[in-house]
Amino acid sequence: MVWAAILITAAGCYAVKLLGLSVPAAVLERPLVRKLAALVPIAALAALIALQTFADGRALVVDARAAGLAAAAVALLLRAPFLVIVAVAVVVTAAVRALTG
Amino acid sequence: MGGGINPPLTPIRDFPSLFVNLRRVTTTPVQTGLPPKPRAAVVRDALGVGTAVGLSGFAFGVTSAGAGLTVAQTCVLSLLVFTGASQFALVGALGTGGNPLAAAAGALLLGVRNAFYGLRLSQLLGLSGVVRPFAAQWVIDETSAVALAQPDRRLARLGFTVTGVSLYAGWNITTFLGALGAAALGDPAAWGLDAAGPAVFLALLLPMLRARSSSPPAASPAGPAGDGGPVGVIGGHGRPDDPAGPRGEAEPDGDERPRDDAAPPQAAPPSSPGTPSGRTSLVRREEAAVAVLAVALALASVPFVPAGVPVLVAVLAAPAVLAVSRLRAGRSPEGGR
Repeated sequence: MVWAAILITAAGCYAVKLLGLSVPAAVLERPLVRKLAALVPIAALAALIALQTFADGRALVVDARAAGLAAAAVALLLRAPFLVIVAVAVVVTAAVRALTG
Repeated sequence: MGGGINPPLTPIRDFPSLFVNLRRVTTTPVQTGLPPKPRAAVVRDALGVGTAVGLSGFAFGVTSAGAGLTVAQTCVLSLLVFTGASQFALVGALGTGGNPLAAAAGALLLGVRNAFYGLRLSQLLGLSGVVRPFAAQWVIDETSAVALAQPDRRLARLGFTVTGVSLYAGWNITTFLGALGAAALGDPAAWGLDAAGPAVFLALLLPMLRARSSSPPAASPAGPAGDGGPVGVIGGHGRPDDPAGPRGEAEPDGDERPRDDAAPPQAAPPSSPGTPSGRTSLVRREEAAVAVLAVALALASVPFVPAGVPVLVAVLAAPAVLAVSRLRAGRSPEGGR
């Protein structure tokens, strides 16, 4: 099933790319379509952040991941490079986990 | 790949492209009237973007392996999906035991922005029908940013191609190395690797929420939706960062603003007449509302639906906010956008 998800994602993402290159501009350049296309990734990203930080199966928990995310937010506001932001999140999460056992 | 690591033009950024510093290229106006540019400069910019983002593939490789995917699965993702944000989303959802179909749907939603890059690029690059299917795989945040920053078709093709080649190679090689490295690390949770995904998404999201000083009130040909969409952003003022953009470090900063000569002053742009007077908004209200609502919907639905589905529920925040905002705009003629 993991392979199925991978192949569906690959086919779908490629199709979307090709679609953009192939369709007449008027179809995608309608303001409503474009606005929605801008907002959908925002909704998805925000949801993914919350879920991957606070969800544990079907329960909501606050654990070391929350500390890592907070540290990443600080790094982001300080304009740290992308890889540094990710590294900070990982290191802080690991440290909190080690300290709290 | 920004996007996703498809970056912004949200290419979520596709790629972690997100991660690239696009400052040099994005400061060049996209529209006509661009100064002539030597081919060497285009190649240099393109290689810089390509290699910097390509290195971010390491983060993806580690995250993917940490989520339980095999090295082969991880590498196939980078080879075939090649849009960073979608890849991170997919492995994140699979790693938490999400339904594979729901996980794929979530990843696809993040890839939609690439269609808008393609729209702009097809006009700019003038690709023949034979080349198009091959070029399509490289239509992501970073390649779009570079191509759209060029003054003419010849240089745009050059920039697109060099960025595409270097990024594709770098992204896939570093994905492989990251996946191997993660396997050597053992339990990913002990190393905090499960926090990498959220950090990546946060780096992608925050620049999308921040009000841009370069938001052109009246100049945007994109109209009412112009300040949000990738195409509007690109076409409007030569900042090829999309909402999902290749950001991280690519966001506008003090260095760039003065050079964005079309940019209005930072404070409340005329395009947001609905903003209470005197209030300088630091975030874009619609975008922020979508993010907050999406988080609430996602977390509220966790106990009730299978893993992976909460993301799809949360995406409803986008049409919901858009509908409310249109209703309000309809009520007060000057209030809408």
